[in-house]
Amino acid sequence: MRRWWPWALLAPGLLWLVGLYLLPLLGLVPLSLSEPVSRFGLETVFRGRLVTYLEVLQTYGPILLRSFTFALVATALGLLLAYPLACAIRFRGGRWQPLLIGLVVLPSLTSYLVRAIAWTSLLGDEGPLIGLVGALRLAPALNALGVLHDGRLLNTPTAVVLGLTTNLLPFLVLPLVVALQRIEPTLLEAAADLHAPPLRIFLLVVWPLSRPGLASGLLLSLIPAAGDVVNPLFLGGPNDRMIANTIENLLLVQLQAPRAAALTLVLMALVSLLAWLQLRAGGVERLTLP
Amino acid sequence: MKPAPITAGRGLAGLLLNGISLLAFALLYAPVVVMVLFSFNAPRGRFNLVWQGFTLENWRQPLRDEALSQAFLTSLALALAAALLAVLLGALMALALARARPRGAHGIELLLVLPLTNPEIVLAMALFQLFVGVNLPRGPLTLLLSHSLLCLSYAALTLKARLAGFDPSLELAAQDLGAPPLAAFVRVTLPLLAPGLLAATLLSFSLSFDDYVISSFTAGETVTLPLYLAGAFQREISPRIQVLSTLVLLVSAALLLLATPRRQG
Repeated sequence: MRRWWPWALLAPGLLWLVGLYLLPLLGLVPLSLSEPVSRFGLETVFRGRLVTYLEVLQTYGPILLRSFTFALVATALGLLLAYPLACAIRFRGGRWQPLLIGLVVLPSLTSYLVRAIAWTSLLGDEGPLIGLVGALRLAPALNALGVLHDGRLLNTPTAVVLGLTTNLLPFLVLPLVVALQRIEPTLLEAAADLHAPPLRIFLLVVWPLSRPGLASGLLLSLIPAAGDVVNPLFLGGPNDRMIANTIENLLLVQLQAPRAAALTLVLMALVSLLAWLQLRAGGVERLTLP
Repeated sequence: MKPAPITAGRGLAGLLLNGISLLAFALLYAPVVVMVLFSFNAPRGRFNLVWQGFTLENWRQPLRDEALSQAFLTSLALALAAALLAVLLGALMALALARARPRGAHGIELLLVLPLTNPEIVLAMALFQLFVGVNLPRGPLTLLLSHSLLCLSYAALTLKARLAGFDPSLELAAQDLGAPPLAAFVRVTLPLLAPGLLAATLLSFSLSFDDYVISSFTAGETVTLPLYLAGAFQREISPRIQVLSTLVLLVSAALLLLATPRRQG
């Protein structure tokens, strides 16, 4: 008698997930194998045209590669900042921990488009950073390092990666803090009592126990970064567009729905592979938001 | 209690930890500080991107820019509706999953996690094709459907974690004492779940309020705030954008302060 009620509660949500997500997603497969009826509309006919995938990979392969490179570099830079920050919050934050976590989240409450607009002011040719570079006569060195491009910061890969890095920082920090908070203080005390040097405590206790947080942090930052639209659009030049910009352009400007669908499925396959690898390390149950 | 050496933080390691943390906060707050600063700028020309001089003029009538205010109100209404819808659907799912564990629960959880592992552009593409396929004109309704889907996974998973965190025997105890299931739910479960519901609503609201990618595929003629901002980036960046964003930040900071869990002591 009590068997039906869980399903009654699940039904509306399942309707959403299946009707608005699963079925339309599967629908992209036949779409990707179709051909546009004309150059001026979104209508397509199914042709079983597998060659679209080849064309798409050939034409947009470099952009796919660029997207994942940008996302990986941004995530690596983010991790270099986020891990120490999470450790500082957990081990040195004391009773200020909730406040510090709030301070990490607070900037995300400003629209990421507005933050991107602010970055254009900071990175622009008339902005303070270029001014500083000029005053210190660092431009040639930074050009040589590939940080600046022709003495500019805005409309370069550097700017896109910088934008991505700041956007994904909170998503790395929060799961890490949660994982670090789960470490029993007695474990650290025991290690210290046994005269383990701090580095050893870190390597043998803190690092292994932080790995679930690391896995969900990577998942929450790498994937949105690889599919980002706003940072390449606002901070990058025409040669720094990423894969989501290409998909948007293919569908909404060029009206090439099959190509857009094929590229979306390729992106999804690559991302799912990443997600699978990371979920295997962290587990689905761990993927709860702080 | 003797603190472990890792928390003592003297010497090079501690210095490094503090230095990197400061750098991280500087990166996080640089664009926010610039935004607040530029709300007091008197720009020459149409783009408020280069500092010219201090003025309070922009703050005198923050809502005077009609298109901007309209987009703001649209996003506010949309985010509120999408968040409430997602939290309602998500709470029902979370209750069923956490309390009943029906057969296939694992599959349903996977279906909830899957959208989170897709970049938003994948959802946008799928939704666009759905709405074109079933001939549903893109506008407020398709926006609401898409945004509630975007928020549903987050809402359901946060609430499920909350429900798993407290003891179901509390509800059973209430029922043992003669409370009908509905009364036990309203008097016991709901109050325990309230902070989780608030957190899920705020999270969903901010996801929807800030969404650009899905909206750009499913909005039709409707202009949400992020769509307006993307357009403004090509046309004209009025300082009122920064004024409004500063106001939004102040309000959401206050909300965040309310929602932050308090520790004893």
